[in-house]
Amino acid sequence: MERIPILKMGRFLLVTIQVDMDDRLADTLQNDLTSRIAQTGARGVLIDISSVDLVDSFIGRMLANVAAMARVLDAETVVVGMRPAVAITLVELGLSLPGIRTALNVDRGMMLLRQALGDSPDTDG
Amino acid sequence: MAEPEVIPIVAEADVVHVRQRVRARATELRFSLVDQTKMVTAASELARNALTYGGGGRAEIEVLASGMKRGLRVVFIDQGPGIPNIAEAMRDGFTTGNGLGLGLGGAKRLVNEFEIESIVGRGTRIAITRWV
Repeated sequence: MERIPILKMGRFLLVTIQVDMDDRLADTLQNDLTSRIAQTGARGVLIDISSVDLVDSFIGRMLANVAAMARVLDAETVVVGMRPAVAITLVELGLSLPGIRTALNVDRGMMLLRQALGDSPDTDG
Repeated sequence: MAEPEVIPIVAEADVVHVRQRVRARATELRFSLVDQTKMVTAASELARNALTYGGGGRAEIEVLASGMKRGLRVVFIDQGPGIPNIAEAMRDGFTTGNGLGLGLGGAKRLVNEFEIESIVGRGTRIAITRWV
């Protein structure tokens, strides 16, 4: 079965979505991420959607679910790299992605996660 | 006018196929990136509805020319249970499935024209149009 790889870096999990996800793949990613947070005790999840050219209600719901489940498991989620056209469309669609932190790029997303955990910018692990 | 391009919607992968074909036609018509994204997102919502609520169906993609205007129309047709109360189904937050319930109302906001016909027990036909 097709899967999106999840990388572990220190206390964070990193995911880069580079394919046009069907609903099943989005569901699989949601489940995989939730299990990996529980297994690894990760404190942060960074999801890079800079290659994603469409976020519809299903993918939006998946991102919101990951953030909600991560929070229950004591981890923060940041979604980074949303394209401007995707952001404009999401707002008109009526999806505000409640509970999701966003950042412009991976660097800023990592900074946000470290701040959320009360670290200084340089420490890792 | 060329014949519409017909794409069957019978599995989740077909929703992705509809998105890709709508994206390709919108690019050919030189839609702006934002307009492309809106049209493709609306098509994704409606293709999923046809699959989830309509039990499958088809999408028909058509390039329109009206005087100087050019546009893209996508029609979604299913033979599912139909929608008993369209006004209610168009409202944000309304859902009978497992989505966010923004399918119809949200999709309508993303396009220039939105037509819906539904007969209970017979099926639903939704046409969306965006002009370049």
